[in-house]
Amino acid sequence: MNETAAPSNEETNKNGSSDLEKNTTFETLLEVHNISLSFGGVHALDEVSFDIRKGEIRAIIGPNGAGKSSMLNVINGFYHPQKGSITYKGNERKKMSPQVAASQGIARTFQNIALFRGMTTLDNIMTGRNLKMKKGIFWQMLHWGPARNEEIHHREIAEHVIDFLEIEPIRKTPVGRLPYGLQKRVELGRALAAQPDLLLLDEPMAGMNVEEKEDMCRFIIDVNEEFGTTIALIEHDMGVVMDLSDRVVVLNYGKKIADGTPDFVRADQGVVDAYLGVSEK
Amino acid sequence: MFYRETGQFKSSYKADQAIFPLSQDRWFILFLIIIAFLVIPLTASEYLLQAVMIPLLIFSLASIGLNLLVGYAGQLSLGTGGFMAVGAYMTYKLTTAFPEINIIIVFILAGLISACVGLLFGIPSLRIKGFYLAVATLASQFFLVWMFNKVAWFYNYNSSGTITAPPRELFGITVTGPTATAETRYIVVLAIVCVFALIAKNLVRGRLGRSWMAVRDMDIAAEIIGIRPFQTKLIAFSISSFYCGLAGALMVFLWLGSAETEAFSINESFYVLFMIIIGGLGSILGSFLGATFIVCVPILLTNAPQLFGLSMPIDLQKHIEIMLFGFLIVFFLIVEPHGLARLWQIAKEKLRLWPFPY
Ligand SMILES: Nc1ncnc2c1ncn2[C@@H]1O[C@H](COP(=O)(O)OP(=O)(O)OP(=O)(O)O)[C@@H](O)[C@H]1O
Ligand SMILES: [Mg+2]
Repeated sequence: MNETAAPSNEETNKNGSSDLEKNTTFETLLEVHNISLSFGGVHALDEVSFDIRKGEIRAIIGPNGAGKSSMLNVINGFYHPQKGSITYKGNERKKMSPQVAASQGIARTFQNIALFRGMTTLDNIMTGRNLKMKKGIFWQMLHWGPARNEEIHHREIAEHVIDFLEIEPIRKTPVGRLPYGLQKRVELGRALAAQPDLLLLDEPMAGMNVEEKEDMCRFIIDVNEEFGTTIALIEHDMGVVMDLSDRVVVLNYGKKIADGTPDFVRADQGVVDAYLGVSEK
Repeated sequence: MFYRETGQFKSSYKADQAIFPLSQDRWFILFLIIIAFLVIPLTASEYLLQAVMIPLLIFSLASIGLNLLVGYAGQLSLGTGGFMAVGAYMTYKLTTAFPEINIIIVFILAGLISACVGLLFGIPSLRIKGFYLAVATLASQFFLVWMFNKVAWFYNYNSSGTITAPPRELFGITVTGPTATAETRYIVVLAIVCVFALIAKNLVRGRLGRSWMAVRDMDIAAEIIGIRPFQTKLIAFSISSFYCGLAGALMVFLWLGSAETEAFSINESFYVLFMIIIGGLGSILGSFLGATFIVCVPILLTNAPQLFGLSMPIDLQKHIEIMLFGFLIVFFLIVEPHGLARLWQIAKEKLRLWPFPY
């Protein structure tokens, strides 16, 4: 996948702050630096640093409770880390609010589906366009002229997403009535409708059957290739991770234990141990 | 057989986004509007207008207001009566102080003041959720009614403590006060309710409506797509207060003619809440259905026994009424939270398949 990165494992230290890929042709979209986050006594994240390059698919993996979801929550401003900083599009900050993250082009999906259950598929996807809609409340009251044109313009984009995800037949169905796999797809649609620069996917394929997984993989690759969207995804299915991602970060007990290409990470002894449940220390 | 989409392909998103995408629905609504504006005022008796049509429309307006807040934005409020009082008392103050201002403009201004009061109470209340929010709105209900009762300035220091609609004209016709006919009052109420029902419908099918529903369904997810839940709820609260205030103003000036704070008690708040539960949470049509139902049932209970030559004691009627409402509220809350509006929709879907139900 990542042709330029020579998998010369020897050159990389165990914590994988990969000196081997110091290739300046890559543009960094997001960098997290020494992020530490704890809840009471639980250290969800401990001095974690890594970067996400523009246009890549970056996987975050690790055993249960490793801090993967917490990492995404830090990136999109849900959790505020006690230590560390985030640099996104060149601006460094200690924390973000979810709204600021959204307005700067970060969209995401959740591990447990977070759709608006009472709304139709179309309305859910239209909410993804919310930030881009500018007409004030008085125009909305009239629903006429500029307000209607705006609504139609965004409806076209939403329909484009619906076509892309092949969910035309359920356009007007309340999402609460949809099966799990389709709900995951609609949630991806809502994130895509925002036309994000950085898309965070928390276990997009969890609980899906093989066919649904294949569809989802195809969508993720297409989004990345057609729209050039940078994607960070958490996934437990190793096969999927190896196929999809350009680079992988491995977390365990809140610490980063490896970082590099899929092949490199798979060969890493620390990673193997973590997955086989060999306790560290 | 005649009611279906067959052959009605929507060639544009504009057509698909219309309020009534099916042409049969459009004809039906046009038909209703003609009946409401022409046939009813020409044929209906004074009693029918005064006891059924006018209150039905005014409560529909209040229900729409409460439904925007409870049904769409998901914030429970028991303060409806209080905000209706704000609208009524502000109309009274404004029109007695500035008799030359057009009464419709006074109604709108009173609604806007009510919206501001809603904002004022909303800021502290909306930081809390669920049960506690309900209690906070209950407090605003009691506070507002108490204030209009205690502060004599609000009723111009008159000895009876009531506010009375003075005569006001619109295009040379008296629309408020004792000399206004039921027909004129009905037409004015109908026009106002139609306009504001349309505005409400426009709001809920646009960006704001989607933000409200998003906050209602899952506020965390709403935040990540850039919606600010607090602001969104606050807007719902104040628009809802506008509608309730306007309904309160119409209630005194175009229906009752005069009122005391009694008319805006907590009972009124529950009354309107029952309407939206029975009619359908999160539906503009449901607001109308619920208001119609709750206004008409007591009248039917009063009149039906006489039609069969029976007589029913008043208190028994009252008890039946309360039991019926109680039963229906439990029924709808448990079985069909989308109320009568949903039943109507199901009936339409059945009709669409009729007579070949497969
Ligand atoms: N809001 C919270 N409050 C308290 N503890 C939390 C919170 N969120 C996460 N944690 C804790 O932080 C640790 C990391 O959780 P996280 O959800 O990030 O793991 P994960 O890698 O996503 O795991 P999984 O694969 O099960 O989804 C866990 O021990 C979890 O209990
Ligand atoms: Mg997780």
